[in-house]
Amino acid sequence: MTGLAPPIVLPTAPPVSRARRSGSLAWMTLPALIVFIAFAVVPLGGVVLLSFTSWDGIGAITPSGLTSWTSVLADPGLPHALWVTFVVIALSWLVQTPLSILIGVFIAGRQRYRGLFAVLFFIPLLLSSAAISITYKALLDPNFGLGAGLGIPLLQQDWLGRGDLALGVVIFVVSWQYIPFHSLIYQGGARQIPRSMYEAAELDGAGRVRQLFSITLPQLKYTIITSSTLIVIGSLTAFDLIFVLTEGGPGDATRVLALDMYKRGFQANLMGPASAIAVILVCVGLGFSLFMRWLGGNAAKSQLEGA
Amino acid sequence: MTSTLTTGAHESGAVRTPRRGSGGSVRSRPNWLGGLFSCLWLAIVLVPIYWIVITSLKQQSDYFTTNPFAPPVNPTLDNYQLVIASSFVRYFVNSVIVTVGADVPAVLISFMAAFAIVRGGGRLLPSLNGLFLMGLAIPQQAVVIPVYLIIIRLHMYDSLLAIILPSIAFAIPLSILVLTNFIRDIPGELFESMRLDGASDWHMLWHLAFPLTRPALVTVAIYNGLIIWNGFLLPLVLTQSPDRRTLPLALWSFSGQYSINVPAIVASVVLTTLPILALYALGRRQLLSGLTAGFGK
Repeated sequence: MTGLAPPIVLPTAPPVSRARRSGSLAWMTLPALIVFIAFAVVPLGGVVLLSFTSWDGIGAITPSGLTSWTSVLADPGLPHALWVTFVVIALSWLVQTPLSILIGVFIAGRQRYRGLFAVLFFIPLLLSSAAISITYKALLDPNFGLGAGLGIPLLQQDWLGRGDLALGVVIFVVSWQYIPFHSLIYQGGARQIPRSMYEAAELDGAGRVRQLFSITLPQLKYTIITSSTLIVIGSLTAFDLIFVLTEGGPGDATRVLALDMYKRGFQANLMGPASAIAVILVCVGLGFSLFMRWLGGNAAKSQLEGA
Repeated sequence: MTSTLTTGAHESGAVRTPRRGSGGSVRSRPNWLGGLFSCLWLAIVLVPIYWIVITSLKQQSDYFTTNPFAPPVNPTLDNYQLVIASSFVRYFVNSVIVTVGADVPAVLISFMAAFAIVRGGGRLLPSLNGLFLMGLAIPQQAVVIPVYLIIIRLHMYDSLLAIILPSIAFAIPLSILVLTNFIRDIPGELFESMRLDGASDWHMLWHLAFPLTRPALVTVAIYNGLIIWNGFLLPLVLTQSPDRRTLPLALWSFSGQYSINVPAIVASVVLTTLPILALYALGRRQLLSGLTAGFGK
């Protein structure tokens, strides 16, 4: 998770003890506030300002009005990057969600062998994106990798050299990295479902699949929304993994929005247009987060009506 | 209730023993679908890991001639020697400095802020809390250009401090969220009785709240630590000289440099992962609960 958490967990925080010593403690927030404002809040405003300037990353920053925006919006690279980003988001959601639910529910069982499964399952969580990408790059190399070594032609594809295959590999590797994390979330969620519900269903003769769809999934509704938000935002900002694995290539086949921003800014030295892309990235992220919160709100309403 | 009905009254004592009691027998039909997918997934997880471990022990010449899944014929540690000789010790030290240097201050100042938000009152503190929580929605990628500009203007470019300061800033929102939830659970009477004894807020912060919040502090520290340790973007953008590299960045440049020497590359992957695997073995439960800090429930 590249430093982004779900806005969905925001609690509506009530201040506990209505203060007698109103605000006298505020100074204690100062150290956190200073660092946070300097390196998170100011940059957020800064990126908007920078999108109206031109800057090569080294020299002077000069205001340039809307030029960055017009160049970015007229560039066919932008719709392409947006499209690739949406494909990555949609497919990683489709792959990760069902698998994470199945695995999470499975390892939520208290059987001892399932505990052992869980220990091994979570290993990918510990590896850095760079380490994972480098491993897969070596493993999928058509000349020196897995396919060549095993002599299986089917595996001997130029995995990272063909656009459609490379996109598939990116989605597979992202899923490999993050399914353990989401399984962990679902494991926690599944353990909170009261066992009596399953016992009652058992009495009514409901089979396992029926139980999954009638009890487990509805009970995991909030967990699904939390996990989906994390998948969407995580895929939206997936940078390290794609950067090391494909660098956006071949061609621009895996050039997602975050990578597009990096390449424009730090490789082509066009910080103005790169900042405009960053602003778009923030807006898309906020849009998705609000949509997920709205979904969450609807789920809460329907649960109240159901009760 | 229902379980006594199904199993009969004579077994009702077994209801209380969860492992092999009647509760277990209700769900004892094997979960084939979950089991199948889990076994499949286990293979998908373990195959690459098995492969990097055995390959890292192979000689480069053997790598091309032997089956990739066969254990090494002439096991060797040469690859590890090559990696260590490529100043990986230096990168390891850099990673430790960045992780500890960012994580410890981040947790401490977030703890102070969380304490003030919970224990203080007025209108200012809740809105500050709102500001921090807003930080949860700021993606690091989106603000990296202005962060780069600020670091240049502060003349900190290409130093470890350049990585540390933004890492602290991005660790703060989630740390405050988790810690405020935890401090809220401390009974108010404890604070009141300490106040009656004449303790100052500062004293209560470190001598009451700190020990009681320790599990949450550890959890938050683990979560932040893992993210900073594995961080790639900030070191990539904010440093440039080889001797400022952290491990993920060093891995990346090493793999570019030795692109054909697969055994050496995977040895570098194994080597950089070992410290975290060791931590995982030592405190798995803590680590996993740290990872879901703020997302659980």
